[in-house]
Amino acid sequence: MKKIIPQLLTLILIFLIIGFFTFNANVNMSNRGMEFGYSFLKRAASFDIQFSLIEYSRESTYARAYLVGLLNTLLVAFSGIIFATFLGLFFGIARLSPNFLINRFAGFYVEFFRNLPLLLQLFFWYYAALRVLPLPHETEGFNNFYLTIKSLYTPSLVWQNLNIFLYLLIFAILLVFIVKNYLKKIQEKEGRQYPIVYISILILIIIPSLSLIFGISTFEVEYPVYKQLSKSSGTFIGGLAIPPEFISLFLALSLYTGTFIAENVRAGIEGINKGQKEAAASIGLNRKQILNLVVLPQALRIIIPPTTNQYLNLTKNSSLAAAIAYPDVVLVFAGTALMQTGRAIEIVSITMFTYLSISLSISIFMNYYNKKFSLTEK
Amino acid sequence: MFKYLKQLTSLVAMVAVLFTFTTETMAAKKSKTLKNTIKKGFVMCGVSQGLAGFSNVDAAGNWEGMDVDVCRAVAAAVLGDSNKVKFTGLSAKERFTALNAGQVDVLSRNTTWTLTRDADLNLTFVGVNFYDGQGFMVRKDSGMKSTADFKSGMAVCTNIGTTTELNLADFMASKGLEYKLVGFEKADEARDTYGAGRCDAYTTDKSGLAAQRTVLANPDDHIILPDTISKEPLGPVVRQGDSVWEDIVRWSLNVMIEAEEYGVTSANADMMKTSKNPTVLKIVGVEGGMGEKLGLDNDWSLRIIKQVGNYGESYKRNIQDTGILPGSRGPNALWTNGGILYVPPLR
Ligand SMILES: N[C@@H](CCC(=O)N[C@@H](CS)C(=O)NCC(=O)O)C(=O)O
Repeated sequence: MKKIIPQLLTLILIFLIIGFFTFNANVNMSNRGMEFGYSFLKRAASFDIQFSLIEYSRESTYARAYLVGLLNTLLVAFSGIIFATFLGLFFGIARLSPNFLINRFAGFYVEFFRNLPLLLQLFFWYYAALRVLPLPHETEGFNNFYLTIKSLYTPSLVWQNLNIFLYLLIFAILLVFIVKNYLKKIQEKEGRQYPIVYISILILIIIPSLSLIFGISTFEVEYPVYKQLSKSSGTFIGGLAIPPEFISLFLALSLYTGTFIAENVRAGIEGINKGQKEAAASIGLNRKQILNLVVLPQALRIIIPPTTNQYLNLTKNSSLAAAIAYPDVVLVFAGTALMQTGRAIEIVSITMFTYLSISLSISIFMNYYNKKFSLTEK
Repeated sequence: MFKYLKQLTSLVAMVAVLFTFTTETMAAKKSKTLKNTIKKGFVMCGVSQGLAGFSNVDAAGNWEGMDVDVCRAVAAAVLGDSNKVKFTGLSAKERFTALNAGQVDVLSRNTTWTLTRDADLNLTFVGVNFYDGQGFMVRKDSGMKSTADFKSGMAVCTNIGTTTELNLADFMASKGLEYKLVGFEKADEARDTYGAGRCDAYTTDKSGLAAQRTVLANPDDHIILPDTISKEPLGPVVRQGDSVWEDIVRWSLNVMIEAEEYGVTSANADMMKTSKNPTVLKIVGVEGGMGEKLGLDNDWSLRIIKQVGNYGESYKRNIQDTGILPGSRGPNALWTNGGILYVPPLR
């Protein structure tokens, strides 16, 4: 009871504050003759968006435009997080390398990219680095990859019955979990070790491939083909076009965030007492086992919480997209849609809620992950 | 006794009606925006972040341009000095929020008058100071001669939050062309990205194209296609609901155009006070008491003409002499000269 009352009071206070601001906004808006409401979301957006993961045209609704922006935000955040993690792991470990060159190189990467403002880096990639690329008709390409000022054009896969392939993949992932747990149990009982990693990889490859082997799902490779647009310019049609707006944002976000993750990784590994490794060696574990069974599980406990923060930062920083015309949720929704409808309060609140939800999801996921690695006290 | 009471009440009622009536009009005359402007001592004016000929900062740090002149005219009319303006550079995206939030009181920023903006965004357009239309700029060596040469797959640079991106979407859909929109918040970013070769075309109002072309690395490498794909009546905007302020801004613009029509210039305005033409006398404030009707003094228009000039002078100074559109004025000539510039009479 004693615990509940302060919580209850806080809750009431929060509601009062929110209520006050909503009321205030309502009064001010009606004074200015503005109405509040979300019905505009059902209207046709009537503008185009450069690049969309789902079907979208100017006849689509504002709600659809929001979804397009949201997916673009998730796309760049997700790929940025993956690459930043990879960079962080690589350079974090490299910084501990006894090899002078590798060590220095990693140190240089971290110091350089961590100390320049992110927006500056973004501008560098977009307005400087990617601006010196050739025009589509000036490039020879490399194995059907064409890196031009307009886009990076690559071959793409055109699937038939992709869904069946994906279902099998999901099934394979579930199977891996079951098999892993089962093998662990046997290992605990019999003391025999099984190559769990190799078995998992085999399962992940073989099961989805069945759909290809039996010809249920098929894919063809589609190559970009040059198309002349005018005497002095052209483009590539077909295949995949990755626009420079995405590439610069992706590079800037992951290179910047990677430095912080590298530092987390280094701190995590350095944080493990030397005695632990020595103790592990003394009971006869080999180097790989020491790393996998003793060092990493403990290091991860140090690495994960601050890295979660970096993932959140990267996601929020992806809103810099607006500065370089990448159609993320801020540019499309809090930018174009806001301007065309004038619904500032509605749109800004939806956008804020969106970022809050993404951040919370990442936090929850990482907390779950962290729990798995935390010491279970017996 | 009751007889008197009845008379007394009707007297009181009459007085009350009179009283409310007078205070009402007084309050209206002294509109909130007008009152605040006088108190602050400057007009809060929203302009572009730099568009040659319309609103641009010169080498000495002064704002100049057609859109700037509208705000200067309002300042001359209301505060007696065309320099008493605080200019705020706004991106296309920011402009209406800034006006609605009271950050600026006049928005004079190559802004197109549309139904949605007029009705749904709580704004009031007071007139048109430049009749424009949307066009395209392409590289000369592309060999394109008109939009008929456009092909599916092209990339087009422009600004978001504009009528431009909506017209573009409509136009391309009507031609059945697929294209990539590269949409920026700032005009110079869109222009430079086109200049670098990322886009095959750059689209905005034709006046904007002409202005932006002069700032590109090699202006002669670029041409503006002859096609005009939309109507873009650009004009000053105020917040809805303050009709006194709205009238002041509207007639500050109108009187500049009227002055040109009747040949009153910054050079001859004082001499025109002895003119025989009643309309001219109204324009220079000798006759008619026009200023009082707006809640200003009667020299308001004389100050506008002497300090800012008439519409033709402003056009020549900002658009023609700067080389942005040196040729004929097209639709922006007076109706008496074959254009469509036609303002209601100053009467
Ligand atoms: N007239 C159109 C377009 C106006 C517009 O924003 N044009 C750009 C390109 S010329 C511009 O003026 N930019 C100047 C700036 O960003 O300050 C509208 O009202 O939506």
